[in-house]
Amino acid sequence: MEGNAHVYQNNHINTDEIIPARYLNCDQEAELAGHAMEDIDVDFLKKVKTGDFIVSGDDFGCGSSREHAVWALRGAGIRAVIANSFARIFYRNCINNGFPAIECPGAAQAIRDGDRLEIDLAAGQIVNLSQNQTVQFRPLPDFAREMIAAGGLMAQIKKELK
Amino acid sequence: MGATITEKILAVHSAREKVTPGDLVNCEIDTIMCHDVTTTPAIDMLEKYGIKDVCDPERIVIMPDHFVPNKDIKSAEMVAKIRRWAKAQNIRQFFDLGRHGVCHALLPEQGFVTPGKTIICGDSHTCTHGALGAFSTGVGSTDLAATLATGKLWFKVPESQRFIVSGHLPEGVYAKDIILQIIGQIGVDGALYKAMEFCGEVIDELSVEGRMTICNMAIEAGGKSGVINPDAKTLEYVRTRTDTKFTVYRSDADAQYAQTFEINVSDLEPVVAFPHLPGNVKPVRLAAGIPVDQAYLGSCTNGRIEDLRVAAQILKGRVVAVGTRMIVVPATTEIWKQANREGLLDIFMAAGATVSTPTCGACLGGHMGILAAGERCISSTNRNFVGRMGSPKSEVYLASPATVAASAMAGKIADPRQYL
Repeated sequence: MEGNAHVYQNNHINTDEIIPARYLNCDQEAELAGHAMEDIDVDFLKKVKTGDFIVSGDDFGCGSSREHAVWALRGAGIRAVIANSFARIFYRNCINNGFPAIECPGAAQAIRDGDRLEIDLAAGQIVNLSQNQTVQFRPLPDFAREMIAAGGLMAQIKKELK
Repeated sequence: MGATITEKILAVHSAREKVTPGDLVNCEIDTIMCHDVTTTPAIDMLEKYGIKDVCDPERIVIMPDHFVPNKDIKSAEMVAKIRRWAKAQNIRQFFDLGRHGVCHALLPEQGFVTPGKTIICGDSHTCTHGALGAFSTGVGSTDLAATLATGKLWFKVPESQRFIVSGHLPEGVYAKDIILQIIGQIGVDGALYKAMEFCGEVIDELSVEGRMTICNMAIEAGGKSGVINPDAKTLEYVRTRTDTKFTVYRSDADAQYAQTFEINVSDLEPVVAFPHLPGNVKPVRLAAGIPVDQAYLGSCTNGRIEDLRVAAQILKGRVVAVGTRMIVVPATTEIWKQANREGLLDIFMAAGATVSTPTCGACLGGHMGILAAGERCISSTNRNFVGRMGSPKSEVYLASPATVAASAMAGKIADPRQYL
C-alpha cells in the first residue's frame, strides 16, 4: 500500500467529528464519504486521493459506535488509519470491515502532513519515502489479519455457516 | 486466584471454566438490542451475505430511538425497513412509537436486563446495563449483523479496573458528578479496552438509576463495559420487572485488577465538563456565570424519573430565564407517564420549559433542539464533542440534572445547591 499521509495530531478525534450524526439517516458509503471529517477539516475531501492514509494521535475514533465512520473514511478514499492508539469500538469496526487500523505510537509526531508512505501490513512496517525512514509497528494480531484477509467478519461468518 | 464478575460471565458464556484477560473468546450473547441508526446497515449486510434467518428471534429486542418520531423521510425509511424485517423474522419484542423510549433506559425498565447476562447493541452506551451485573457492551453494525446471524460474538477478555467510591455524597451532588469526576481524573481514554467495576459504600447507597448513570458513561473513559456487583437493590429492581431465571455472579475478593482507584466523594462539589471533551471536568463554581442559550434534560444518561424529580424540585414555583430555552425529554414512555402522574410535567411547563416525547433527539444532534452557531447548551447528556448537538460552532457543557435545572433558571451556569 502506498499513499500520502494526512496528519491530524490531535488526540481523541471522535466519530462525531469523522461523520456527524446529522448524516446518519443514510448508510450509503458514497454519500457518507461526502461529509467525512467536515466538522474538523472542511478541506479534507479536496486533499484526499484514493489510497491515502490518515495519521493521528491517541484514542482515534472514540465516542459513538457508528460504523459509518469507517465507511465514510473508506468511501473518501482512505486506505488505512495509522494512530498512536485507537478507541475500542472503532478498532473493532475497522477489523470487521477488513480495513487496516495500524497502532503505531509516535506516528503522529514522526510523520509529516503530505509524506509519502508505503505500508507493509504483514511485516509491520511503515516506510516513509519522503523522510527516508522506516518505522516498525506491532503487526495486527493473527485473528485480525485472518479476518482482513477473509474480507471481514461477515465473509468469515458466511463461510462458517456453510 | 479469583475472578472478576466480568471474567466469570464471559467464561460461562464461552463454555470455559475460566478466562484470563487477553483471551480471545467466542461468546454466546443473550440479548441483542437493535435501534434505528445502526440496525439498518446490519440488515443490509445479512441480505448481502444471503443469511436469511436470525439466530433466535426471542433474543432480539428492537427499540428505535435516535430519530424517533421519524425526523425526515430518510429516517422514516430506516424504521420502515426494520419493521418489515422484524415481521419477516418473527421478532415480537418491538417497541414502536407509543411504547418507545431511549433504548438504554427502556431495556432495563422492561425487564430485559438481568444479572449475569451478556448484552450487545450497536450503540456505545450499551455499557449502561452493567449497572445490573450484566456484561454489556457497544458494538458496530457488522458485529451486530454477525450476532444476529449466529448468536455469538468475539471478544478479547478485558482487564478490569476497580473504582472504590467511598465517603458520603453531599447534598446537591449526584451520580453524574461522580462519574464526570472519575472521567476527569483518569481521562477520556483512561479505561481504554477495560471493564470499569464500580464499588464501595457510595455505590451501594446509590439507587439503581444512579448506578445506570455511572455505568452509562464508562465509554466516555474508553471503557469496554461498566459493571456493578448485584445486591439486594439490583434483585428487587429486576424481580419487579421479569420472572425469567438468572444467575448472579460477583467478583471474588482475590480477583485481579489492572488498577484500583479510591475516590472519596465527601468533599465533591457539583461539576461540569467543559467543551469539547467529557474529561474537561471542573467544579461548577469555575463555570458559574457562563450564559446558556439552552438547557437540555434527558438522554440515556439522565432522563429517568429520579432525574426529572430532582430537576422539578428545583424548578417548582420558579421560571426559566428569559433568553434561555429548556427542553425536557423523559427517556421512556413509562417515565413520561409517571412524571405526568406526579405533576412533574406541569412544573416544567409552568416554569416555561417544553416537554418532548422520548427520543435520543438533540443529545446526538439528531433533532428536537439542535444548536445554532455560537449557541451554548448545558446538558444532562454524555458527550460534548465538537458539533455533538448541532453546529460545529456551538458548545455543550455536561452536568447533572440539578445543575441543568439551576442553570436554566439562572440563564447561566449555576450551582444547584443554592436552590435546594
